Amino acid sequence: MTSTDQQKGGALCGVCTECGKCDRLLNGRSNEAIKKEEKMEQDNSVRLYTFIIYSENVPGLLSQITAVFTRRQVNIESLNVCASSTPGAHKYTITANCDRTMALMLTKQIEKKIDVLQANFFTDDEIFINETCLLKISTPVMLENKNVCRMVRLHNAHIVEVNSIYATVEKTGITSDILSLYNSLKSIGCVLQFVRSGRICITKDFTEHLDEYLADREKKRNGK
Amino acid sequence: MEKITGAEALMRALENEGVDILFGYPGGSIMPTYDALYDHKKTLNHILVRHEQGAVHAAQGYARVSGKVGCAIVTSGPGATNTVTGIADAMIDSTPMVVIAGQVGVAMLGTDAFQEVDVVGITSPITKWSYQIRRAEDVAWAVARAFYIAKSGRPGPVVLDFAKNAQTSLVEYEPVKADFIRSYEPDPDLNEDEIRQAARMINESVKPFVLVGQGVELGNAREELKEFLEKADMPCGTTFLGLSAIESDHRLNKGILGMHGNLGPNVMTNKCDLLIAVGMRFDDRVTGNLATYAKQAKIIHFDIDRSEFNKNVKVNLSVHGNCKKSLAAVTKLLDKATHTAWIEGFKPYEEKEYQKVIDKALNPTEGPLLMGEVVRKVSEATKNAGIMVTDVGQNQLFACRYFKFTQPRSVVTSGGLGTMGFGIPAAIGATFGAPDRTVCLFVGDGGLQMTLQEFGTIMEQGAPVKIILLNNNYLGNVRQWQEMFFSHRYSFTPMLNPDYELIAKGYNIPAKTVVERKDLDAAIAEMLSTPGPYLLQCAIKEEDNVMPMVPPGANIDEMILEYKP
Ligand SMILES: Cc1ncc(C[n+]2csc(CCOP(=O)(O)OP(=O)(O)O)c2C)c(N)n1
Ligand SMILES: [Mg+2]
Repeated sequence: MTSTDQQKGGALCGVCTECGKCDRLLNGRSNEAIKKEEKMEQDNSVRLYTFIIYSENVPGLLSQITAVFTRRQVNIESLNVCASSTPGAHKYTITANCDRTMALMLTKQIEKKIDVLQANFFTDDEIFINETCLLKISTPVMLENKNVCRMVRLHNAHIVEVNSIYATVEKTGITSDILSLYNSLKSIGCVLQFVRSGRICITKDFTEHLDEYLADREKKRNGK
Repeated sequence: MEKITGAEALMRALENEGVDILFGYPGGSIMPTYDALYDHKKTLNHILVRHEQGAVHAAQGYARVSGKVGCAIVTSGPGATNTVTGIADAMIDSTPMVVIAGQVGVAMLGTDAFQEVDVVGITSPITKWSYQIRRAEDVAWAVARAFYIAKSGRPGPVVLDFAKNAQTSLVEYEPVKADFIRSYEPDPDLNEDEIRQAARMINESVKPFVLVGQGVELGNAREELKEFLEKADMPCGTTFLGLSAIESDHRLNKGILGMHGNLGPNVMTNKCDLLIAVGMRFDDRVTGNLATYAKQAKIIHFDIDRSEFNKNVKVNLSVHGNCKKSLAAVTKLLDKATHTAWIEGFKPYEEKEYQKVIDKALNPTEGPLLMGEVVRKVSEATKNAGIMVTDVGQNQLFACRYFKFTQPRSVVTSGGLGTMGFGIPAAIGATFGAPDRTVCLFVGDGGLQMTLQEFGTIMEQGAPVKIILLNNNYLGNVRQWQEMFFSHRYSFTPMLNPDYELIAKGYNIPAKTVVERKDLDAAIAEMLSTPGPYLLQCAIKEEDNVMPMVPPGANIDEMILEYKP
């Protein structure tokens, strides 16, 4: 798990002293470790991270969270907000390109907001990802050009409605598959409208850190 | 149960939080609350300021010296926007403050109603919490939560945007206590491993150096800091905001860090083998060039705010928690040590700075008055027990360099935001926060005019602010940079000044001007022995520079001691 700091309950890396992954280490890390990390960041710095943020269900938080990205000059690529499986908690799924240090700073500054429960960031291999797109394509072109239906089948997309003017195509998958479908249909010249959802995802982790954190907090509340 | 208005509920909720003073200014959208206040004059001392910026800075000054939450109350629209600078200042300098602003009724929200402004939207990025009270039922809860958030953890400002309908509608009031928010942990448990590792790193160090920030004062950890330093015999330097976290003449206090700090602490930052930061945030004015900052050392960072770790400076170990607890826990595990040779190592730098800078600043024999000598004389006249309030500019830098401290919570200065105009209102607030202490304000001719209207508040309250106006007829600090880094091109920094004595007289504030060095002592004595407020104007050398200096972007150990054009 590429965890942020553990202020609000993610898990510690737990064993190593210099893994360079978590920044709260059980032992002081060496200056060499810091240098190595800095070098790593310079070398292959920017990549797409997925931020998962849980908050209380209060109005106004979304703009505060996005403002943290804006202030740090990081563009948000996609954004999804909805209720989570934990009662009362909202889940934000945000993707953005930045380096790891930045991702860490962003999550820490987001977690600092009073009503935010947890903020973490992940690389694509740490999560199950899904996105959806809808395409409105021209029926006359579709009937004329066999490649349209071929492309739809090839990409495992569905046609959900057809009439004499247009057809509606739906596809779920990862970003690159969706873009590949879009680009091939676009090159045929049949796309009337295209829309793509923000990314949604769940973690591959075996523990539910939010639940653990909340249970921990309840204990603390009762201890008061 | 008795039903009362939301405004009356606010009064009771404030009293329930132990509030006894409010700095404020009335207006349309907050009138129901001011009407309720009329019946609570005995318990809630309302200080009418002359501009809402004055209310927030006064609340800040009050909070900084008392350790309590400062409270300001203003109307909607322009009243609220006038508080923005003070809110931002309190945020960056971690000052506990609650600002209550009126707001139009909920039915009119979003319609561009008269004096409607999106206060929560404007202040969210510069507050710990900003909340709109839309119903009288929410008053008790919101006030309790506001004070809990403002004062707990790393303190900061909270804004309550109080809709007019919530002020007037009726509610059954019951006091609420807030001491838990599940998404917010202001008092994190210490991590045993961090404590043990910190102790081990300190015990292994031969050249430890401690950086003391305001966190020590905010955590009431002065004693813990002293034991920590003394047990392991570690020298320290302080930030501006941490100046009174340890006595100025403590054996282990080696002076001020950063751009206009002392030579020793800055040079030794780049010579130590272990740098231990306590309740400070590695501000760029403190670190200079990060690429060369303490690269030879291991670094430990004690802080209550996790988002400060590795923000500017990558650290080897972070110790999360209230430093009152973490310092005490680490101290227990420390070996008694002596670092005599290492500490002696500061001496040559101290002597060099004394010779080249300090002696000249404090003991000039000819020429016009210098800021340094004035500040030191005032400090000594208070037996170094006064509260130092500053504005921003050369007056601030000289005040911080040459005022001396024996008492806690004695520094009120705008550190992170550098807000000109902070001084006068903050000093007013300080006189209410520490009524038994002498409050000395050092202010420039530029900054004085930014909140000059608060002379009216001083007059009305008889607030005993000792105003030392260090008048150099320039926006001095900017002029210094123009001289040093912009080829001496004084673009709009000379200023035509009014007759400040005459202005003070208009406000019934006793005033005097000192031009000659020989008159300074007597003038200071007169100022301090005159009850109530006093304006002492000092005619300061016009083109003096604050030295030493780490030029912007330079390495921290490359201080310029003397500037030769
Ligand atoms: C509100 C605000 N505006 C502008 C500045 C930029 N600034 C910093 S110091 C300074 C000059 C201050 O002049 P004065 O108050 O006379 O103090 P001096 O430096 O001469 O002691 C200025 C303009 C600031 N810090 N705050
Ligand atoms: Mg000036």
